[in-house]
Amino acid sequence: MARIVGGVGTSHVPAVGAAIDNGRQGEAYWAPYFAKTEPARAWMAETKPDVCLVVYNDHADAFSLEIIPTFALGVAPLFPPADEGYGPRRVPTAEGHPELAWHLAERLIIEEEFDLTIVNEMPIDHGCTVPLSVTCGQPDAWPFKVVPLCVNVIQYPPPTGRRCLALGRAIRRAVDSWPGDERVVVFGTGGMSHQLQGERAGLVNLPFDTAFMDALVADPDGQAQVPHATYLREAGSEGIELVMWLIMRGALGDAVTERYRLNHVPTSNTSNGLIILEPAAAPAEAADAS
Amino acid sequence: MTRAPRDYDDIPGTYVFDGEHSRKGYALNMFCMSLNQAANREAFTVDPEAYLDRWDLTPEQRRVVVARNWLELLRLGGNIYYTFKLAIVDGLTMQDVGAAMSGITTEEFSAMMAAGGRPPGDTAAGGRPPGDTAAGGRPPGDTAAGGRPPGDTAAGGPVIGGQA
Repeated sequence: MARIVGGVGTSHVPAVGAAIDNGRQGEAYWAPYFAKTEPARAWMAETKPDVCLVVYNDHADAFSLEIIPTFALGVAPLFPPADEGYGPRRVPTAEGHPELAWHLAERLIIEEEFDLTIVNEMPIDHGCTVPLSVTCGQPDAWPFKVVPLCVNVIQYPPPTGRRCLALGRAIRRAVDSWPGDERVVVFGTGGMSHQLQGERAGLVNLPFDTAFMDALVADPDGQAQVPHATYLREAGSEGIELVMWLIMRGALGDAVTERYRLNHVPTSNTSNGLIILEPAAAPAEAADAS
Repeated sequence: MTRAPRDYDDIPGTYVFDGEHSRKGYALNMFCMSLNQAANREAFTVDPEAYLDRWDLTPEQRRVVVARNWLELLRLGGNIYYTFKLAIVDGLTMQDVGAAMSGITTEEFSAMMAAGGRPPGDTAAGGRPPGDTAAGGRPPGDTAAGGRPPGDTAAGGPVIGGQA
């Protein structure tokens, strides 16, 4: 059976993508951030997943206000980078995994009773491509297949933290039931604290971000109870993206091992964070390994 | 019928893009999103008035689009991810727009971010003075840190910058 071998929570800041695309990682502003992300690339190179399920939100690129799916699963064979207003990012088109994606759709909708939207045409914007760049650098092709799961968090009401955590747990069961032997990494992206809009633009709340990461690891059920208003108030209007990290967390099982984390303020207008988790080895597995 | 109060109504300087905003700003946001297409960016740049004629904006929305009043755009139903498409056409960054919305210069805004960003309790509409690193702010130049070793849950709670 396929299995989930790791999870990455990470911000998906467009300016980070632009810095990579324009070769600015070495500049004084960017070098400290990119130095902190090196262990994430090393982990990815070592983990070598076959598939990454990337949970992210679209930012008025694949979806408009015309149709606003709460959870939209990409089942296409290819996902090209979106034109967000600058022309598309010069990054590879992501290769999808339609067989696995349709399996997930069937399991999640029938067995797990999550009413997903199924999407065949979905250009991926910075929400999906920046996390790939941060963890893979600039390869000619992404070194794994990508199944994008797009979550509405920009039109209130977004899904609750509880629903996101439950979806992650359902994704784990659905992946476990896939007969292939793929090794899967799940990304939860967005955040951390930031507010792009209004007089309060520029908000950063690092203590919130750190507490969020701690709870994500140790008490996801507790974190899932946090209401939207708390995120809006404490983490900023765009900080509510963090609920998507709970989908990743749910997909990893009850106990996790934290492999790495970074916090960096600022990247553009955002408190940038990244965390790498692995499912804690079952006792038998651990014994085998020793 | 009046709108029932929401638990986020009292958050200062924040325009939660809920159903009420979305209804008000539908045409405005769809106009902004049309600028994702290169041909539309070109048409808008060449003849803004003719391009705006294609969209069912209110006179007030049209006026603030032309004036590039970023804060008013939010108040008239704009969503920042949509209205930012308009800023991209102008060659502006999110820091330019953030500065304009909070009533400070881009340089002041960038300095505020470099100093740790705006504290969540900062409710001042004109933004806080640059260089004010009080209350949650981080001293400028403190870029230390990088990744915390796994398992480092050092007491003392959240460590600014994540440094162990």
